[in-house]
Amino acid sequence: MSDTEVKNLEELFEARIARDEKIEPKDWMPEKYRQTHIRQISQHAHSEIVGMLPEGNWITRAPSLRRKAALLAKVQDEAGHGLYLYSACETLGISREELYEQLHSGKAKYSSIFNYPTITWADIGAIGWLVDGAAIINQVPLCNTSFGPYARAMVRVCKEESFHQRQGYEIMLTLCNGTEEQKAMAQDALNRWWWPSLMMFGPTDAESTHTEQSMKWKLKRKTNDELRQQFIDQTVPQADILGITVPDPDLKWNEESGHYDFGEIDWDEFWQVVKGHGPCNKERLDARVNAWEEGEWVRDAAMAYADKQEKRKATTKKAS
Amino acid sequence: MNQNLYHYILTIADTNLILGQRLGELCGHGPSLETDIALTNISLDLIGQTRSYFQYAASLFDEEKTEDDIAFLRKEREYRNVLLVEQPNTHFGYVMARQFLFDVFHLMFLRELEISKDETLAAIAKKGIKEASYHRRFSSDWIKRLGDGTEESHTKIQEAVNNLWRYTNELFQMTEADVAMVTEGVGVDLEALKEPYYEAVSEVLKEATLEVPERKYFQKGGKEGIHTEHMGYLLSDLQYMQRAFPDMKW
Repeated sequence: MSDTEVKNLEELFEARIARDEKIEPKDWMPEKYRQTHIRQISQHAHSEIVGMLPEGNWITRAPSLRRKAALLAKVQDEAGHGLYLYSACETLGISREELYEQLHSGKAKYSSIFNYPTITWADIGAIGWLVDGAAIINQVPLCNTSFGPYARAMVRVCKEESFHQRQGYEIMLTLCNGTEEQKAMAQDALNRWWWPSLMMFGPTDAESTHTEQSMKWKLKRKTNDELRQQFIDQTVPQADILGITVPDPDLKWNEESGHYDFGEIDWDEFWQVVKGHGPCNKERLDARVNAWEEGEWVRDAAMAYADKQEKRKATTKKAS
Repeated sequence: MNQNLYHYILTIADTNLILGQRLGELCGHGPSLETDIALTNISLDLIGQTRSYFQYAASLFDEEKTEDDIAFLRKEREYRNVLLVEQPNTHFGYVMARQFLFDVFHLMFLRELEISKDETLAAIAKKGIKEASYHRRFSSDWIKRLGDGTEESHTKIQEAVNNLWRYTNELFQMTEADVAMVTEGVGVDLEALKEPYYEAVSEVLKEATLEVPERKYFQKGGKEGIHTEHMGYLLSDLQYMQRAFPDMKW
């Protein structure tokens, strides 16, 4: 294809996106669009399956049968999200094995929030309330993103995330209406999860390298800082209802702007975790790699069995 | 309170609870995303059934009791689950062998419990049959895949079946509560399930090119609360929150 032809295709492509048309897997797309989507969708899929680990950590210790069942269902939903996001990604011409390989080698990233440990039951509430809450704010705009399979997957993901968020908040509410010890557990969880949750929106707009292109392709509709502000404005009143305190001495309502002002995020900590040196980066990655390696004989058996069945079918067909 | 009925429910419910708990340990660590989802789903079904049984058991008390009081606040010697389900997740072969050896029994058992004179138990069984049918299909399929897959998988699943086989006979052991409940038309005659069980299990094992273990010595004790050494650790996890923070609402 000549440069002029590619340029024409690119113009037609950009015009389709401008008209809010969906791009489907078999449509022509610029290589950069394909690569950006593989990067973002796989990062999202990896986040779902790595995210199963900190919460799965509490399944065996959930404090009641009702909570155990709800947590199992939630973690199962996350596995499901991982599954359809990997499938959406595969439509862009990359296999699930390759995507896993990128995760295991550290080439692909996943959300840094899952590199923090879940050390009390209240952390399960805080993750639902804050982490799923932040995820929803990041993800709702993606229901209208330009790439069809991603947009459709996100509609379902967002519905379930919204349920998880209410569930998490309800855990926090139960703790805050409970004994002093339970309330202290809730406060401690908020103390530890607040700042990492704010970091989920990524670096400041000035530092963000992907924002401009992503806005153009409707992979992003608002900037990191706008989304972070939206999260804070939405979450602070919820903490007030719980009767626990957001751990930011600089947090205060600004009448003029109509938003909360907030303190400086510890960007050194942010980059440390992104670069692989958070409290649980090693544990999370090891867990995924171990599951994959220890499961190899099982996957090999399934393939070998399927092959044998195929051959048997073919032989029976021949004989008849 | 009808002690026999209470003990009868405990054996069924504890078996579901402990297997659900074991499967819950695996969440996020399966050999593929699909098996992870399926095993979590089975765990969820079993915990759901456990809740129905314990809610019924709690209603038998004169004083106020909840499903969680029964599930979390007993001593190890008071749990009546069969030994099979408390065995650890040594590797995927053990997980599937344990599941399969239980599922074949579970489905047969629920089909009988469905015609119990006790309407509550019959209703729980009816709901559970659909779930247990899926579990049995899932685990049987995996027994075949692993048995007739590679040499390595064949060896591993055969080893797991051989080692877990000694716990199968306990499934059919009739306790005092079982005998009493059968007499009342409430319980299932477990001994009658024994032959069809071993036939059904053998059929799948043979199709999976596996050998049916020939063993005359079996283990029992779970139904009297005498468990294997694995049980205490499992309960430490299960009961941790309720023991560390007693009398609180969650």
